[in-house]
Amino acid sequence: MDFFKIIDQLSEVDADVLGRFDSRRAVFGSLGTAAKRSALAAAPLFLGALFQKAYAGTTATPVEVLQYALALELFEQDFYKKVQASAQYTTASAADKAAIDQIKRHEDAHATLLAGAIRGLGAVPVTGVTFKQAAFAGLVTFKTGPAATTQLGVAQLLEDTGVRAYKGRAGELLGTDLLTVALQIHSVEGRHAAKIRGMRGQRAWVNPADDLAAHPVYTSGVTAGSTPGAFGLVVPPYTAASPREDNTVQSNVPITTGLGTPYTAADAQASFDEFLQVAEVLDNSRAGIFIGA
Amino acid sequence: MSDKIQPRGSDDTTFAQPLYTPIKRRSFFMYAGATAGATALVLAGCSDDNEDVAPNNGIPLGAGDVGVLNYAYALEQLEAAFYAQVKALTPVGGTGLAQIEKDYFNEVAAHEAIHRDFFKAAINRDAPGKILQNLTPNFTNIDFTKRLKSASDTRLGVLDAAKAFEDLGVAAYNGAGKLIKTPAYLVIAGQIVSVEARHAAYVRELVTPGSFASDDIVDRVSGLDKAMTPVDVIAAAQGFIMEKLDASTVGK
Repeated sequence: MDFFKIIDQLSEVDADVLGRFDSRRAVFGSLGTAAKRSALAAAPLFLGALFQKAYAGTTATPVEVLQYALALELFEQDFYKKVQASAQYTTASAADKAAIDQIKRHEDAHATLLAGAIRGLGAVPVTGVTFKQAAFAGLVTFKTGPAATTQLGVAQLLEDTGVRAYKGRAGELLGTDLLTVALQIHSVEGRHAAKIRGMRGQRAWVNPADDLAAHPVYTSGVTAGSTPGAFGLVVPPYTAASPREDNTVQSNVPITTGLGTPYTAADAQASFDEFLQVAEVLDNSRAGIFIGA
Repeated sequence: MSDKIQPRGSDDTTFAQPLYTPIKRRSFFMYAGATAGATALVLAGCSDDNEDVAPNNGIPLGAGDVGVLNYAYALEQLEAAFYAQVKALTPVGGTGLAQIEKDYFNEVAAHEAIHRDFFKAAINRDAPGKILQNLTPNFTNIDFTKRLKSASDTRLGVLDAAKAFEDLGVAAYNGAGKLIKTPAYLVIAGQIVSVEARHAAYVRELVTPGSFASDDIVDRVSGLDKAMTPVDVIAAAQGFIMEKLDASTVGK
């Protein structure tokens, strides 16, 4: 069979067919794997899946990606707003308060910037994405005690998740100036995550010795109770779990053993942050459980 | 590469348009067919290397995605070489690093060595024969016996240099992102840049507590980190590299 002839014929009928393929980024991964295996016999089956995917839905628009980013920023903004208003914050050190203030200032700026960009594209920015009051009330201390009941413990989860969330959608902004803005926000979230981790006495980077290393945020994909559709967010189809933070294989290269020099698993995990898909971020195992009134 | 995929040009600001026009995209697939390999696909976003540039511009990093990968490889070589020297330091009181700092820098050294070796492996796999040579670092402006430079010092201390390298790395990846044409490479760059941002914040806290994302690096109004073009980044890094590098075709 002539795969490329089919593509050519299709593109004569539908000039945008190749755009459809490109919009379904995952297809590239499958194509690469299949081609590498040289599995000629499996090709027709694979091609069927390829075309099905290409025509199965429309690609996310930049507005959808920005709305998602804005929702996460609003969520973080509200979290830090609640922290600043809490009794725990008033007893924190001046340095810790200053760090929270600086982070909150950035989340404010990001929310303003993203809302402006969304309006510029002719859409109405999402609003009202807040950190659940009841969940916040359970964060009994500022930073001492078990991570799950401290404000900074949850802040670490949120920042690390934010870093992963931006990565998960960068590809949908490929080649655009919006991508640059998203990356400029993304690295700020990385700086925030590092600082929060430092305030908690954790390493700035993901590490198996983290007190949160066993948390679902780092160790699993969607578990249950996904909350798609909240706030009008468009949740792209979810098929497979994103890599866990303890992943040691990047671009098919086993980092611990495949680079000539052996590296430890901890170093391999820490040297690459992983991405997360929308459904995973909004799932109740991650940010979803904290989103609400 | 024999195939010519043109840069997207004005499409950059036109979000609703497909990434390439159909005819260009068709040649993308045809090229993949000609070499029948998965690796061809990841190369397909690259245009020809413009190696007919004037000879004294320095070693060309290359064009298209290979150029971006070589550009990242150059920066990671520099960072890895720097931290390898830091790792070799003996912690001492006074001007030296504290033990906990040294321990963490040993981990940073491993991260950067992994990044360097990863790019080397990826470029050799996806773009055989196109990899940038090994670079020779020039650290004469760094005093490895000093934790931080004092006002009278002309050379950088270890932490000064680390801060400069990490902030530059973040700005470099942020600026290079939109030059990348292959989604898989963009994901990898994103996976690395946030680690560089973590390093940057960590080092900044050692230099000046509270400066992890201070107003000199993250714009106070927009809340955005810096993004720099390859030419500007290489100009900033050139003083630490013996070989002259030409980043003018990166991503083009």
